[in-house]
Amino acid sequence: MSIAVYDREVSFQEIYQSVEKKAYYQKLITLVSIGAILLYFVFSIIQFDLGSISRKWSPERASRLFLDTYAHKDHVVMNWKDTSKISVNFEGDYRYQYPSFPEWLERIGDGKDIAILTFNSGSKAIFRDDKIIFEQSKSEDRKFIFGIGDNGKPYAEAYDNDGNEKDLPNWIRVTESKVEVRPSLYERIQIYKRKVEVHRYEFGWKYFWFDFFSPLKDYSLPEALSLIFSNERIEPDKTNFELVFSEISDNEQWMHGTVLFSILETLLMAVLGTLLASLLGLPLAFLAAYNITPFKFVRFSLRRLFDMLRGIDMIIWCLIFVRSFGPGLFTGIFAIAFTDTGTLGKLMSEAIENADNKQQEGVKSTGASTILQHRFGIIPQIMPVFISQSLYYLESNTRGAVILGAMGAGGIGLQLLGAIRTGNDFENVGYMAVLIVLLVTVMDQMSAFLRRFLIGIEKN
Amino acid sequence: MSQNAITIESLEENLKVLARQRAIYSVLFIGAIIFIVVSGVGVANQYNAGSFTRGVENFFDYPADLFSDAFEAGWGWFGIVLSFIPALFETFSAAVFSTVVGASIALILCPLATINLSPNQVTVQIVRRTFDILRSFPELVFALILLYLMGKSIVPAIIAVTLHTIGAMGKLFSEAIENIDMKPVDGLKSVGARWYQIICFAVYPQVLPLVLSYSLLRLEINVRASTILGFVGAGGIGAYLTASLQWRYGDEVLAIMFLLVATITALDYFSSYVRHKLIGKISA
Repeated sequence: MSIAVYDREVSFQEIYQSVEKKAYYQKLITLVSIGAILLYFVFSIIQFDLGSISRKWSPERASRLFLDTYAHKDHVVMNWKDTSKISVNFEGDYRYQYPSFPEWLERIGDGKDIAILTFNSGSKAIFRDDKIIFEQSKSEDRKFIFGIGDNGKPYAEAYDNDGNEKDLPNWIRVTESKVEVRPSLYERIQIYKRKVEVHRYEFGWKYFWFDFFSPLKDYSLPEALSLIFSNERIEPDKTNFELVFSEISDNEQWMHGTVLFSILETLLMAVLGTLLASLLGLPLAFLAAYNITPFKFVRFSLRRLFDMLRGIDMIIWCLIFVRSFGPGLFTGIFAIAFTDTGTLGKLMSEAIENADNKQQEGVKSTGASTILQHRFGIIPQIMPVFISQSLYYLESNTRGAVILGAMGAGGIGLQLLGAIRTGNDFENVGYMAVLIVLLVTVMDQMSAFLRRFLIGIEKN
Repeated sequence: MSQNAITIESLEENLKVLARQRAIYSVLFIGAIIFIVVSGVGVANQYNAGSFTRGVENFFDYPADLFSDAFEAGWGWFGIVLSFIPALFETFSAAVFSTVVGASIALILCPLATINLSPNQVTVQIVRRTFDILRSFPELVFALILLYLMGKSIVPAIIAVTLHTIGAMGKLFSEAIENIDMKPVDGLKSVGARWYQIICFAVYPQVLPLVLSYSLLRLEINVRASTILGFVGAGGIGAYLTASLQWRYGDEVLAIMFLLVATITALDYFSSYVRHKLIGKISA
């Protein structure tokens, strides 16, 4: 059996062999490259000490952080010396002390029991003047007793239903100076030599609209908004409208006003930077294109200028500008504008050089001047590229502006860095992260929409 | 003549209306841009720590300081440059590692995110939304949180950059796969190939050049990203840059800036060279 290939007779066997051989080499190349990548992984795991992740990763810290982003907690503190005073503070902040007991903490006057605290799960902590009794609602009503022993050290005991003493579960840790009890993420009891501290977590962001000291703190948002339309003033010297909005924007804990203003700053940085870059980049691109500018020297120096602007990274421009303009918007705007003038200039000058010269000739044949030739012969051709590139850069600069902010240009990046560095406002970090993602997504969608809209018009 | 007949007069009239409309649009557009620039600069000037005019005057002071420091160091400056190369290598290899891992994971996931190949449409939506979230979540946020949890090292930066890379590359790859020629896929289906065989032998070979060129482009972006993350505490050359900036060692700052610019420019030229070769291969 044979097949005719061109004018030569090639046996089926020969073709089969050559295909086999080729397939063998291809398989070999694939396997070798996969092997090389795996080898590289092994090398990197050793180099970066990636095995240390499990050692460095502290699940306790991580769960606390995660919990903090969506839940809030109240601290209940009782001193062993003066058990008549129990203080309840929001988030453990000394300024946010509740004037009276909240509904989940009940004071009992008689006997040795002082107060009963009910957790969300239904478990109860009973405060007595010498110990804390913790009753778990789940798992057959187990009972725990914590207190300070005669030797002055904290102790923990566990009992079952019939009052027999049992072993301590692993979520109770007893040390010389402290008993740490964490039956679930939402409950935490700490017994110290001098005091007992109970943390009660609850789902949600509390005081999100109105802060602890606000006259409106007991109102929900719809209730507060409906206040705007009522005639009765809550504060005599302000209309309700002013009051509601000033209370929201001056919220001490969430700082809505500051955060929203920082978001706007970041947006302004991105928009102005990109706008300046496109306004500067387009004329410079014309000067750098060989079919527009006859002077070789001008073209060459502009090309090198673009290379320099583009090659020096945005972060380095940011560091230079932060010295001359100080921390603030100008730093970010100019860092973005400088880098993108280089990029857009290069891209656009290439687009101009690639433009079809027939249109220009057509305009020239009507006797138009050089400027009119460029206006009607070249600009319509490069406009779609210019618009879509500018919008694309606007989109990526929004992300960039957040990062520049953290490096000293202000805006939401700086706020976020501050919130993370303090290490205990993780609800704020979560809030800002959500806002940043929203900002980036909205800019994405808007630039995609504008691109379709504007380039659609250009095509018509 | 019917009512709808087009005469030269009506055409001219039409043209005039269109031209007027266009002029109005242009004026509005230019007006909006001028408004944004003027008001934006006003707002920026109001909230900036330093003033704009003083900033322009001082613009060359800092670069001049840097260069005079470097000049004082004399030939020793080149020694300083060399001394930062290990740190640069750390940042660079972190970027390479996260690009390779990110691209591999994205490559494995992206057939699930394309409509023409995925086993079912629910997976498409799930994987795509995952890519979207990973992509729009700024790596800085994630890195800062991980730095807080894991302490200062380059590992948080690697994780953050890798996650972002998965999102960005996953989207690009799945778009590339959506545009492939379906004939090889049909051919393999007709001989009874399994799903993974179709992916390996009909899909990946078609997108491989694009995958490589995107990965190179991404590598460049990731080098910048890991430098920035080093700046906020993740080690590598970014950490040295923060220290030198704080101690005001101008010669060191200039040396690091020089290294960064050189690396990024070299990568830029290398990747555009390779990409032109690869894309030439695709079109050939």
